[in-house]
Amino acid sequence: MSLETVVGGAPERRRWLSVLAKAMPRELVEAWEALKERPTFTALRNAETGLVLVRGRMGGTGDAFNVGEMTVTRAAVRLPEGETGVGYVGGRDKRHAELAAAVDAMMQSPTLRERAQELVEQLARQQQARREAAARKAAATRVDFFTMVRMRSPD
Amino acid sequence: MAYVSVKGGEKAISNAHRWLEEDRRGDRAIPELSTEQIREQMSLAVDRVMAEGSCYDRDLAALAIKQARGDLPEAVFLLRAYRTTLPRFGASLPIETEDMAVRRRVSAAFKDIPGGQVLGPTFDYTHRLLDFTLAANGETPIEPAPQADEPQAYPMPTIASVFRHEDLLEHEEPTEGAGEPFDLTREPMSFPAGRDQRLQALARGDEGFLLSLAYSSQRGWGSTHPLCGEIRLGEVAVEFVPEELGFPIEVGEITVTECTMLSGSSGSATRAPQYTRGYGLTFGHCERKAMSVAIVDRALRRAEIGERADSPVQDEEFVLYHSDNVEASGFVQHLKLPHYVDFQASLQFIRTLRREFFERQAAMKEAAE
Repeated sequence: MSLETVVGGAPERRRWLSVLAKAMPRELVEAWEALKERPTFTALRNAETGLVLVRGRMGGTGDAFNVGEMTVTRAAVRLPEGETGVGYVGGRDKRHAELAAAVDAMMQSPTLRERAQELVEQLARQQQARREAAARKAAATRVDFFTMVRMRSPD
Repeated sequence: MAYVSVKGGEKAISNAHRWLEEDRRGDRAIPELSTEQIREQMSLAVDRVMAEGSCYDRDLAALAIKQARGDLPEAVFLLRAYRTTLPRFGASLPIETEDMAVRRRVSAAFKDIPGGQVLGPTFDYTHRLLDFTLAANGETPIEPAPQADEPQAYPMPTIASVFRHEDLLEHEEPTEGAGEPFDLTREPMSFPAGRDQRLQALARGDEGFLLSLAYSSQRGWGSTHPLCGEIRLGEVAVEFVPEELGFPIEVGEITVTECTMLSGSSGSATRAPQYTRGYGLTFGHCERKAMSVAIVDRALRRAEIGERADSPVQDEEFVLYHSDNVEASGFVQHLKLPHYVDFQASLQFIRTLRREFFERQAAMKEAAE
């Protein structure tokens, strides 16, 4: 699905929701607790764990088929000023879903946005660091066929 | 027929379960395993339970393994039972394995595959010698894995994309207006099965069964002469459209293993010679299984490709009806539950037959004399 089909600032929102979902629950809790001021929030919908049916593509690129399910927890919260936020996160950690929803709501509040943005960027950096470490380890296991080529055509 | 219920055994059952608990714990002088330890240190067992349990949740799979005392099919059963207690929020968009953050990718067919041969964390090329330093009193000092100066570049081209322009390899595109894929958890098995139904059944099928089928195929019982086009292991994002948002968001990342097997096809009057592909996709790092699924998937496509069917691996009813280890285990193991009445009935029948047999023998003996 292309980003263009999504309206009203949603590409940005998609990004922060993705960062919040992919954060380790521990990282989000720590970042939340490190906030200088934390808004109070009330549950619009209590955190609930359910399943999302994960689909793949035949041959990697073809029509969809069902691979299996994954656990997902969702929550919806409201800030005192009225902003609402949702959290959908893989796994069964209810606190993770609630805090993701709270940060989503903060991101929509003109007064709280800056603080929330810092938190999101911090989580994004942690994810990027993990991803990059894995990519460097992968690169270190790439086979170098150089020696074999030299044996066939010596200088 | 009258139905007679027999009660009893409650005490025996409850005591048996208490003993089971005690045995599960083992020697109390040895520290108890935590589910976190299982999740982190028995990670391939966790992956297998998630794949066959058809439910991606590392913590639940670790708990199931602990409770099942390491009996993986039993753990799969526990996970399958648990998932039925959860509501389903919906289905994800298809994961895009071309965009995978690849930790391992090898092609046995094509040495110079763009992106290179990336071994990742593999048992391949280990000497399979027991490492007694792991047994020696606690942990061995672990050196961190080396990191290259340049990270692996993503996305990494797939074997299919490399040969796409030449049409040498079968290439799959989404069909316009394709309906919802078959869902085994909501619809009963039906035949002839579509490839969507087959791939779902294989993704949750028993690794041992699928491995043996793939092996039987390789040994000539419905051989597809496969070459391993590509195996990849890594992380993909799962995107889902929550109703209240109306646009897709990533709800997390999962680890998957993907395998493409290539089989040459000499084509037909209407179809140019081309490599056909078998495809395997599993949750977690389940390489042996993904390879087996790819071989079995290709063998099951025999009707579409126009191959003769004379082997078990090519028979979709045989494969799909027997690949699920929860069903198979249930049916085999139900035999140990009381069958007293069956046995009583059969006993009477055999007694009658024996009496008649000996009467006939006596009559023949008499006639002969």
